[in-house]
Amino acid sequence: MIPLIQDLVVDKKKWLTDKEAMDCIAISQSLPGVIAINMATYIGRIKKGLLGSIVATIGVITPSFFAIILIWEVLDKLGSNSYINGGFIGLKSAVVAMILWAAIRIGKRVLNNIFSWLIFIMALLGLIIFNFDAIFIILTSAVLGILYSKYGERGER
Amino acid sequence: MIFSIFWAFIKIGIFGFGGGMAMLPLIYQGMSGLDLMTTKEFADLVAISQITPGPIAVNAATYVGYQELGIKGALVATLGVSIPAFLLVNLVFEFIKRFRESHLVKGLLKGITPATVAFILVAALIMAKATMFSLGTLKIVPVIMCIASLILLEKFKVSPLSVLFIMGVLGVLLCG
Repeated sequence: MIPLIQDLVVDKKKWLTDKEAMDCIAISQSLPGVIAINMATYIGRIKKGLLGSIVATIGVITPSFFAIILIWEVLDKLGSNSYINGGFIGLKSAVVAMILWAAIRIGKRVLNNIFSWLIFIMALLGLIIFNFDAIFIILTSAVLGILYSKYGERGER
Repeated sequence: MIFSIFWAFIKIGIFGFGGGMAMLPLIYQGMSGLDLMTTKEFADLVAISQITPGPIAVNAATYVGYQELGIKGALVATLGVSIPAFLLVNLVFEFIKRFRESHLVKGLLKGITPATVAFILVAALIMAKATMFSLGTLKIVPVIMCIASLILLEKFKVSPLSVLFIMGVLGVLLCG
């Protein structure tokens, strides 16, 4: 969705300059939460203050909200038959591939030293083998990241 | 129940770094913790959220909330996952320069970003388990469709939407 928002906001509507747009993407990716909502909130805030951020956020949520309810109702009315189930097996196999593909692409960019690989493996094992709370894993990796950037990187420089 | 769902999604909104796909394991844990989700339901939820336009985590929240408590549930889950982001962005907006230059934030992200890669991978693994295994045996058709999708995406640069369409149709023909 990021390129879509960028195209609308920078190229078509000229709401943000390139520099503002880069700030917007950087902030949206470094904060928790849905990136599209972060971007909408930020863009709304720049243009029209708090009210703008409220309107933009509601705007980006609303279509999904109604689309999902509509799809839920349609699937519920259709009930389950072998064609729908078969179609879903195909869709789910493709979605597994899409998510794996995303993990590989992001992994290639992000896993670039021993520290990042260690965190990655810790998080992976923590979730699938030890069934740790995901929030606990996030907090632990945040603390390790802060310690590493404070003390660990000196040796590497 | 309505408050539990709201609170679960608030937590997901606060700790869900790395975008929608990385938030999926948090949604799974939060919902299975409330006994509201099996791995099969998770796989269905992710598939539907992915084929619907809009942010995947918002779609997932609306879906889970609607399934459990109708419109009210959809509303609290969607608001729950959105409110922390909204508040945080508005807060950070005031300190934007300091935020971007903060060593603390940089360090924090250095730790969290590799973890989010694992989270995305785990979302795929949970889904793969529900889709490709039944009663301990590997189902060969979904495995082949998954590998074929990866090849189409990576090697032939086919758009994700087309891959979804192709595999959906193949699924009806092969498994229907």
